[in-house]
Amino acid sequence: MEDILLNIKDLVVSYNADDRTVKAVNGINITVKKGETVGLVGETGAGKTTTAKAILRLVPNPPGKIEKGEIIFDNKDLLENSEHEMQKIRGNKISMIFQDPMTALNPVIPVGEQIAEVIRLHQKVSRAEAEILAGKMLKMVGIPQERLNEYPHQFSGGMKQRVVIAIALACNPQLLIADEPTTALDVTIQAQILELILKLKEDFNTSMLMITHDLGVVAEICDKVAIVYAGEVVEFGTIEEVFRHPAHPYTKGLFAAIPLINGKKLKRLHYIPGLMPDPTNLSSGCRFNPRCDYKLDCCEKLSPEDIYINENHFAKCYLCAQN
Amino acid sequence: MSNLYAGSGKINESVKKRKKSQLKEICIRLRRNRAAMFGLSVILLLIIMAVFAPFIAPYNYDEQNLKMANMFPGREHIMGTDNFGRDIFSRIVYGSRISLQVGFVAVGIGVLVGGTLGSFAAYYGGVADNAIMRFIDILLAIPSTLLAISIAAALGPGLTNAMIAVGVGTVPNYARVVRASVLTVKEQEFIEAARCIGVKDYKIILKHIIPNAMAPLIVQATIGVAGAILSAAALSFIGLGIQPPTPEWGAMLSAGRAYIRDYWHVVTFPGVTIMLTIFSLNLFGDGLRDALDPRLKR
Amino acid sequence: MYRYILNRILMMVPVLLGVSLVVFSMVYIAPGDPARIILGDTASEEEVQELREEMGLNDSFFEQYGRHIKNVVTKGDLGTSYITQRSVTTEIMDRWPTTMMLAVMSVILATLIGIPTGIISATRQYSVFDNLAMILALVGVSMPNFWQGLILIIVFSVNLAWLPASGFYGPIYWILPVITIGTSTAATIARMTRSSMLEVVRQDYITTARAKGNKERVVIINHALKNALIPIITVIGLQLGRGLGGAILTESIFSIPGLGKLMVDSIKARNYPVVQGGVLFIAIAFSLINLFVDVLYAYADPRIKSQYSRKRSKKSKEVCHE
Repeated sequence: MEDILLNIKDLVVSYNADDRTVKAVNGINITVKKGETVGLVGETGAGKTTTAKAILRLVPNPPGKIEKGEIIFDNKDLLENSEHEMQKIRGNKISMIFQDPMTALNPVIPVGEQIAEVIRLHQKVSRAEAEILAGKMLKMVGIPQERLNEYPHQFSGGMKQRVVIAIALACNPQLLIADEPTTALDVTIQAQILELILKLKEDFNTSMLMITHDLGVVAEICDKVAIVYAGEVVEFGTIEEVFRHPAHPYTKGLFAAIPLINGKKLKRLHYIPGLMPDPTNLSSGCRFNPRCDYKLDCCEKLSPEDIYINENHFAKCYLCAQN
Repeated sequence: MSNLYAGSGKINESVKKRKKSQLKEICIRLRRNRAAMFGLSVILLLIIMAVFAPFIAPYNYDEQNLKMANMFPGREHIMGTDNFGRDIFSRIVYGSRISLQVGFVAVGIGVLVGGTLGSFAAYYGGVADNAIMRFIDILLAIPSTLLAISIAAALGPGLTNAMIAVGVGTVPNYARVVRASVLTVKEQEFIEAARCIGVKDYKIILKHIIPNAMAPLIVQATIGVAGAILSAAALSFIGLGIQPPTPEWGAMLSAGRAYIRDYWHVVTFPGVTIMLTIFSLNLFGDGLRDALDPRLKR
Repeated sequence: MYRYILNRILMMVPVLLGVSLVVFSMVYIAPGDPARIILGDTASEEEVQELREEMGLNDSFFEQYGRHIKNVVTKGDLGTSYITQRSVTTEIMDRWPTTMMLAVMSVILATLIGIPTGIISATRQYSVFDNLAMILALVGVSMPNFWQGLILIIVFSVNLAWLPASGFYGPIYWILPVITIGTSTAATIARMTRSSMLEVVRQDYITTARAKGNKERVVIINHALKNALIPIITVIGLQLGRGLGGAILTESIFSIPGLGKLMVDSIKARNYPVVQGGVLFIAIAFSLINLFVDVLYAYADPRIKSQYSRKRSKKSKEVCHE
């Protein structure tokens, strides 16, 4: 138990918009061990970004609210921290990389200053020293140090994302949350950024929570993966387990939808029929039930528990209980 | 071949349905905005007052009674009388006709002229755009109050001239708004698609560009009526534009100015009326803006 | 950057020529015979005709306009006032500083009140302060400034006798006029600041700033405000121009000997050279203010600044280091 860095238990986050309450996250459980990279996979709207923001308590408060749950980081429940304590953790012990690099940087502040800012916040160094350290971070992410004083608009998308990574890793955090860091980039740049993240992860031994909807990225980078559907973790396990023996019908559907380069020629791609359930109107049974090919009688009425297939692998599905 | 036509009928219907529900949603959003509804009710009240003025006003607007001059509000004259003994309340009621008329006509001129100029400039671009925008710049180089005053002075007194003066002052604003909207819409791909299949220019403008440019224009126009009423009041305050005995609210302020030391009511009531009118128009205009584009809200 | 400024000044010239043409035309078609106005009603018809010949009023429109422009451009001569017989330029220069002071002071007051109000409103959205402030702001925008002046006079001069109602002999005379002009400006600035802040605060880079562990106050001031204020600069500049317009009526109400009052009096008295010269002068001032605001805006926003300076280096750097 000592090597568990982050443990999210039964997290429930809701948004209140125009008198309708949307349960974006509905009982999520995730564990990240020290040095591990856990992937968080799911479609848009499944609740991944909300979970990430909840960890840092950055869920915008008028519409959003963390209703219940625990987020235990380094043996302390983050949800019980004061705002001041959270400020000491953000950027310092836990950092986040955001999805859209084009808008993640402040357009009127030079890039070097934006990196130096996070250094000055958490480390007792002078302005001059912070600037030097910022320059080193730039170099580490592959940007020439001379560009310290340039503004974000003078960089391309891929380079902006590198700057964001530099800011995130400047204070050597224990946990890095990467929210779809490559989704907005070209495939070739994607590969470069992933390589950079991997290298830095090894150099600094950072644990990572990688949010993505791309199973390919998961395969390359992650040790474990959690499949999220309609605000719940429906399957969790090591890469080998989940990729080789997907247990939940949703996971099975996801893998079946991947076109194979070497597979036989198909006339049509597989897809999972239907849409994700309306978050304002969730049923009491299994969330995936309406789209499931393997329905059992109990599925419609009762929401399944986490059923362990083996030590490293569980799924929220009654099918697994049968085995 | 027959499949194509059958399909398009259904598409047409679903498009119409969606348009209708869009309109409905806008109305619902608007109705939920209580401030905007307050503004709207005041405006409607004013319109009723203007239309039914002879029935609402207890006296005629030029009914003089020098024996009762400058009386404070009382039972017979709920807002008192001015220096000619005319009932202030009645004059305000009749004045609503003038103000609303000026407001709507001036904005109408502005929208028609400015809107046409703006859409031409944006749609045809190039030299036309440059020329029209330079002309707009000329108008904009003079502060709008001064512009309206100058035009009113040049044209001479009268209601019509006042409407023209105020209207011309608003043209640059609408030209710019419409130009910006049209430029945005023009860049979108469905316009290119329409042109590719041979839709004529004027049809593109009418059926595609104008509906999309309407929203910001309507908001500006509502707020514009407020500004126009204000400008007209300013004009008659100086003595240009609308002439006595026409009961224009600004003129009433000007006339009462000499008496503010002793008879503050002559100046207060018309002013409050102007303010309430403009306030309600602005409130409603803001509400319209929020309802038409909720993203921009708050 | 300097090329841009030069360019803009060059563009100003045709616009100002256009303004002079428009104003000249308006004066030309305005009712009343200038010669008659100067000589008065008692003069005989012959005297009027003689003066008309002397003043060149019987020449064609273009001849008159050409002469006018030549005078303005070569000698700075805007004509002679019909009433005082002094040079229009002198009349304007005498009064110009007063009006400018009024406008500037109003904008300063308005900014000092408007921006903090807007910021607080935005950060405490929907609170009592926010609702109250926005209602007051809307009232401020809706109030005709000439009426406001009158009411202020009624309250503070007539009833309370705290402040003077007319004249311009010392600082105390400035209070009411500046408040009158400044109110709607303050209201506009407050509203714009609020909406600009609200828009900025929703941006991703604000979340980034928070995720770094910044205190909320730092996020608002160092990150949000820097971005939100950029469009506000334009608004403040425009309001300075509006202040010139607002001064026109306010000066009349408070009997302040400024350019605005000169314009109103001259229009009423059909003193056309003054009107012509005055409008042209105001148009020039207005255009210069707008230019200044645009340049300031370009300086404040690094994205625009780089568009205007050292265009070459940007592109090449990107290609090399990717």
